[in-house]
Amino acid sequence: MAAEVGGDSGAPKKGKKKGKARKPKKRPRIDMTPMVDLGFLLLTFFVLTTTMSTPNTMPVVVPPKITEKDEVEPPKIAEGKVITLLVGRGKVYYYVGVEKPELFVTDFSPKTGIRKVLLDRRAEVEQRYGKADEMIVIIKMLEEAQYKDFVDILDEMAIIQQKKYALVDITEEEKGMVEDYKKSLNLSS
Amino acid sequence: MAKFKAKKQNIAIDMTPMVDLAFLLITFFMLTVKFRAPEAIEVDLPSSIADTPLPAQDILTISVSADGRIFFGVDSKHTRLAILEKIKDRYGYQFTDKEKQIFSVLAEVGVPFEQLKSYLSLSDMERKAMDKRVSIPVDSSNNQLKQWILFARYSNPKIRIAIRADEKAPYPVIARIIETLKDQKVHRFNLISTLEAQPKT
Repeated sequence: MAAEVGGDSGAPKKGKKKGKARKPKKRPRIDMTPMVDLGFLLLTFFVLTTTMSTPNTMPVVVPPKITEKDEVEPPKIAEGKVITLLVGRGKVYYYVGVEKPELFVTDFSPKTGIRKVLLDRRAEVEQRYGKADEMIVIIKMLEEAQYKDFVDILDEMAIIQQKKYALVDITEEEKGMVEDYKKSLNLSS
Repeated sequence: MAKFKAKKQNIAIDMTPMVDLAFLLITFFMLTVKFRAPEAIEVDLPSSIADTPLPAQDILTISVSADGRIFFGVDSKHTRLAILEKIKDRYGYQFTDKEKQIFSVLAEVGVPFEQLKSYLSLSDMERKAMDKRVSIPVDSSNNQLKQWILFARYSNPKIRIAIRADEKAPYPVIARIIETLKDQKVHRFNLISTLEAQPKT
């Protein structure tokens, strides 16, 4: 009997003990819907404003500047171990060696792009010098490049675990090489 | 024939557990939420496989927008005030307490020193509008970023430098920043990126 009371909000009980003086013990029922609404609204707000994922960082180490005061020369490296990457917008031009190099172009695609080039080159260096980690990558950024390209190329180094790489300023000669290469592409196509 | 007429029944669901849960979650999020200070410029971070989380403290961020404008920010209020003090000493600008207060809550600033005082006296809306066109100069003749970094490192020697650049930011701007860092013998810094899955080999 008492359990029935207040089954629904305020719907008067029909029949039964109508008019009897004894008031039934009413357990007031609070309609919680608005509270729930509010609760979920706040919940949504906090879920959306909270920043769960903290951004990550990629550490970069750049070589110190060599000024005329310092009595050190830039390190000399064997030609055969080097690969130079000229990074443009979404494209990587690369050449091997130093004397009259031939320029090739590739991109950042995961299977066929620069990663493959570097791994192939590494295998080559390993065959010649006996150690795979002898390879040295020189990274030069073209002016047309965007920050994304910069992060991508450093990322490639991390992916193939290339420890020996250096970020070097590009020379006019190399800019010219890229320009010539682009021109030759336009002519042939 | 007994026809089953669905009885109109008002079902009262006991919402108490749901409310309990909702409020538990609210409490959790309220306590864990760390409001991001509004950033002056929008930056789309590039992705990389780097998975080291950015330390929460002692960080100096150099932000670069997609159009190559440079902003500077440090994480703590204390450092910001110390930097402002150094700007005052170096350039002789006087700042009122109100301006100091405003500066101490700005996550990032991108105005040249000459405009700093007038920038701080603007309203929030006007500041926002101004953020759309200013940048810290980094030319070799007037490299104010260098001064900012210098002040920050004096104010907090433990500070680490992070570059937070938009993925479309032109590289020459980044090169100028790296050059500026090298000039101050900072050879180790961080690039902020979002996580991308490590490729399968």
